[in-house]
Amino acid sequence: MNKLLVSVGMAMVLGACSSTQQPAQVADSKPAPVQQATAPTQPPTTAPTTTQQPTGVRVDPLKDRNSPLSNRVIYFDYDKDAVKPEFQALVQAHAKYLSENRTRKIRLEGHADERGSREYNMALGQRRSDAVRKAVSVLGVGNERVETVSFGEDKPKSNGHDEAAWAQNRRVEIVYDGE
Amino acid sequence: MKGSVRVLSVFIRVHLWLMLLFCGLAPVHAQLVIDVTTSAGRQIPIAIMPFAKEDMAPQNVTPVVGSNLARTGLFRIANTTGLSKLPTAPSEINFLDWSSRGMEALVIGAIEPLPDGRYSVSFRLFDVAKQMQTAGMSYTVAATQLRATAHKISDEIYEKLLGERGVFSTKIAYVLKRGNTFELQVADADGFNPQAVLKSVEPIRSPKWSPDGTKLAYVSFENRKSSVFVQDLVTGQRRQVANFKGDNYAPNWSPDGKTLVVALSKDAISQIYTLPATGGEATRVTQSSSIDTNATFNGDGSEIIFVSDRSGGPQLYSVPVGGGTVKRLTFEGSYNVNPRMSPDGKLVAFIAREEGRLRVATLELATGQVTVLTDGPLDDSPSFSPNGRTILYESKAGGRGTLGAVSADGRVKQKLSSAAGDVREPAWGPYGTSGAR
Repeated sequence: MNKLLVSVGMAMVLGACSSTQQPAQVADSKPAPVQQATAPTQPPTTAPTTTQQPTGVRVDPLKDRNSPLSNRVIYFDYDKDAVKPEFQALVQAHAKYLSENRTRKIRLEGHADERGSREYNMALGQRRSDAVRKAVSVLGVGNERVETVSFGEDKPKSNGHDEAAWAQNRRVEIVYDGE
Repeated sequence: MKGSVRVLSVFIRVHLWLMLLFCGLAPVHAQLVIDVTTSAGRQIPIAIMPFAKEDMAPQNVTPVVGSNLARTGLFRIANTTGLSKLPTAPSEINFLDWSSRGMEALVIGAIEPLPDGRYSVSFRLFDVAKQMQTAGMSYTVAATQLRATAHKISDEIYEKLLGERGVFSTKIAYVLKRGNTFELQVADADGFNPQAVLKSVEPIRSPKWSPDGTKLAYVSFENRKSSVFVQDLVTGQRRQVANFKGDNYAPNWSPDGKTLVVALSKDAISQIYTLPATGGEATRVTQSSSIDTNATFNGDGSEIIFVSDRSGGPQLYSVPVGGGTVKRLTFEGSYNVNPRMSPDGKLVAFIAREEGRLRVATLELATGQVTVLTDGPLDDSPSFSPNGRTILYESKAGGRGTLGAVSADGRVKQKLSSAAGDVREPAWGPYGTSGAR
């Protein structure tokens, strides 16, 4: 509990100076030019909005690949449920969006790697989604707008059986209502 | 025999993203293959004569009875291959000869086709030393019931020779993952006749038999999160009994079958609740700020044994059903999870992590004695046979689940493998309601 409050405090500090998520955003923006290249061959109505940044038109930042809100996954250490400092900016971006868009709700989907008991891994996934809930709650997002659920180890992101795969699978995914 | 093979069906619901399909008889090649890996202790030497005329029947009975008895590790089956003049009638038995071969028990039998297409199956069990028949039975059954009849005969022989009920006619349920599809399957105790009772592209978990063996409670993620369902295996009707906000998981039945204990996160992080098995309002049992989960009723239904991480790592605890004083049950190790009650209410099987290995262990409630039964490394989901003698469990290897079985005294171990895929979370069903004494 104490550990969590400390890390949330760190989130605010980190969020205030610089974002550690910058490299990921650059990587995520790569597909955009490809889509743009194919855009002229498509009818204008089906052109992907994610590649368009016209001035004066408000683009849903949730669908904007360049927005920090496009990062939806928080990864965890083995057997741990603490939100690591490098994900605090991500958490803060979503908390900010939720504060500005009071009708939106999120679901936090917690996952565990395959080590450990299948049944108890449900609890570990829940601890992780609950840790993220607490982090956004401290930033002003009410619990009535956040549902925390766990998939345990049954929805792995990677099907491998080594540390690289397990690291991908120990996660919380942020899912917005209607997605 | 009536009722031992039922048409299983599921209520079909269609969602855009969900596939729940009725599935009839699964292909025979999907059955589990059983390999007894360890055997120890005294074994009763028994000679099982090939049943007369069984080669004319669509299903042999003798090899089924033989492998049933051998699998328990409690019998030594005589090899009759190559022996001439094997008896098929009482008058043909040379007791002195079988006695000199070290046999204590001998079985003869016959399968007679009847004019109406059915079969008359009969057997006789003899005490070789006393030269006396000690059991015998005759059954009139359809061809499709011949294998089930072999299980019945195995049960009769087992009980006569060991003085306790056999479990050869019972069922097991488990989750089979094939590719990205999850199947809830019900099979005979020897892994034959697997039938899918539910299929989904979302995970299915934690099947648990109702005490009368007619229903399964389980968790399905078809709502894109965990919800608890109860499915009637006779009618195929399925009912969502817990779909509160957050997680709804780890169901288990009360001994009277009227109540389910579940873990819910609707009010806090996972806590223990009870609710009517038909669905309805959930009553909170534990009040903690820790994870409380994986609950099971004790033998008389007065207490709930559950897992909590209130002291750090997960440990087993008990609490009265109506709530109250929580008592810690396990003290060794830092990770003790998945408690399951033995049928007599004396033992709790659970999973203990020792030196990084997940192993099946038992806790004797009266003494607090913990006994580790398996080596791991990733054993999970223990489930007692209805006679309490064997614990069936999931044994993960190479990211794939197989089934293992260990005797409650740890002396006999078996591995069950399926060519069909990844087998998980076995649950051994109770004695059937049909054919009960």
